[in-house]
Amino acid sequence: MNTVTRGFTGRRRDDPKLPPGQYLEYGFPVLQAGPTPPVNTATWSFTITTETGESTRWDWKQFTALPAEAITTDIHCVTQWSKLGTHWRGVSLDTLLDGIETDAAYVMARSYGGYTTNAPLPDLRDGKAWIAYEYDGKPLRPEHGGPARLLVPHLYFWKSAKWVTGLDLMLRDKRGFWEQLGYHDYGDPWREQRYQGD
Amino acid sequence: MARAAVPGRLTWRVATVKQTKDETATARTLTLDVPGWPGHAPGQHVAVKLTAADGYTAQRDYSIGNASEPDRLEITVQRLSDGEVSPYLAEIAEPGDQFDLRGPIGGWFTWDPADPRPLLLFAGGSGIVPLMAMIRTHAQFGAQVPVRLIYSARTPADIIYQEELSERQRSSPLTITYLYTRSGWAARGIAPARDSKSYTTRLNAKILAETAFPPSANPATFVCGPSGFVEAASSLLVAAGHAPGAIKTERFGPGG
Repeated sequence: MNTVTRGFTGRRRDDPKLPPGQYLEYGFPVLQAGPTPPVNTATWSFTITTETGESTRWDWKQFTALPAEAITTDIHCVTQWSKLGTHWRGVSLDTLLDGIETDAAYVMARSYGGYTTNAPLPDLRDGKAWIAYEYDGKPLRPEHGGPARLLVPHLYFWKSAKWVTGLDLMLRDKRGFWEQLGYHDYGDPWREQRYQGD
Repeated sequence: MARAAVPGRLTWRVATVKQTKDETATARTLTLDVPGWPGHAPGQHVAVKLTAADGYTAQRDYSIGNASEPDRLEITVQRLSDGEVSPYLAEIAEPGDQFDLRGPIGGWFTWDPADPRPLLLFAGGSGIVPLMAMIRTHAQFGAQVPVRLIYSARTPADIIYQEELSERQRSSPLTITYLYTRSGWAARGIAPARDSKSYTTRLNAKILAETAFPPSANPATFVCGPSGFVEAASSLLVAAGHAPGAIKTERFGPGG
């Protein structure tokens, strides 16, 4: 039961595309825990490691030669802003996971700078997730996770790990950086799963 | 009292405005009675939910400004001209008004008063709020580590907590440097704090070298403010040789 606040009327930009508790943002705010790590595409790599320790690795040249998709999607940050109809370009996780044998049910995404975040593997399949390297037709800027970030737009945006460098496929779930600090293991914006216990 | 992580389930609590204080022309501190508030670590924030008479709600996060104490919270809200929640909190709310909040949230951008490292703080605008909670907690615990605050604001009239900062600089191992990013304020009759070093410029490598602890002092470093300020300050720190892992950042996006 909410407490009615005297004198508050609100702006009422209710939009069916906005999940509960979110407001519409036109800029592109930045959320991160520390300095932006410098990541050079000359030394960049992306590695998928299975639960048996088998690794598949791409360097920047190999990665950007993979078939890429244009993605138009809404994004929702746990800090309550949402941005509608954002434009990205990247490689589908379906393409990257194709041919990789695994029984894993979960994934830990790892980033340059040490950031990690966890998600169920099915949430990265079937056209729901990408490794994105362009935003609005331009190379992804470092403060937004460039040169490449995970894009899992149906979950709160901290799951879309910036400066991503690999995925570890896991049989059992483990908590990543923000999840260990109390943020939700799954993070569905439509169920407002911001923090543990939501 | 200090909680490093969000403890279990975060429940919504009713906050009652006890007192308001104008800090600048656009920022106001609200002292809130929050029965059952479990205490917090300096640097943490709360989610505030306002509900209109017809049930419409709007929710935003605000940093906590006070050192932890039972059943009481302070937030300082900068009014954003196109904001939805901040104009209510910074202009309309009066003692006795009520709204829902939950927290404390955030276990990363927090300072532990037992940390033996010097404390290095960079504030941009209302980014001072969680850093003020650290300065107040330093005093609450009688911590002896030296503290340096580099506080960037548009003009001296935009400095939040000016009097208290001057007082704390006199009575504790705190050294403050103010950076004013707009010129021309002197002509408008605005007086700067006379007890602190100040520059009318944005942060740069030279000022950083003159005012911050050097990398060899291994400070615990916190940077809070608008995204551009945080990006600039953290990049300058890394370029000066500070370890990226010792720098914690928190950014205020637009909106609110």
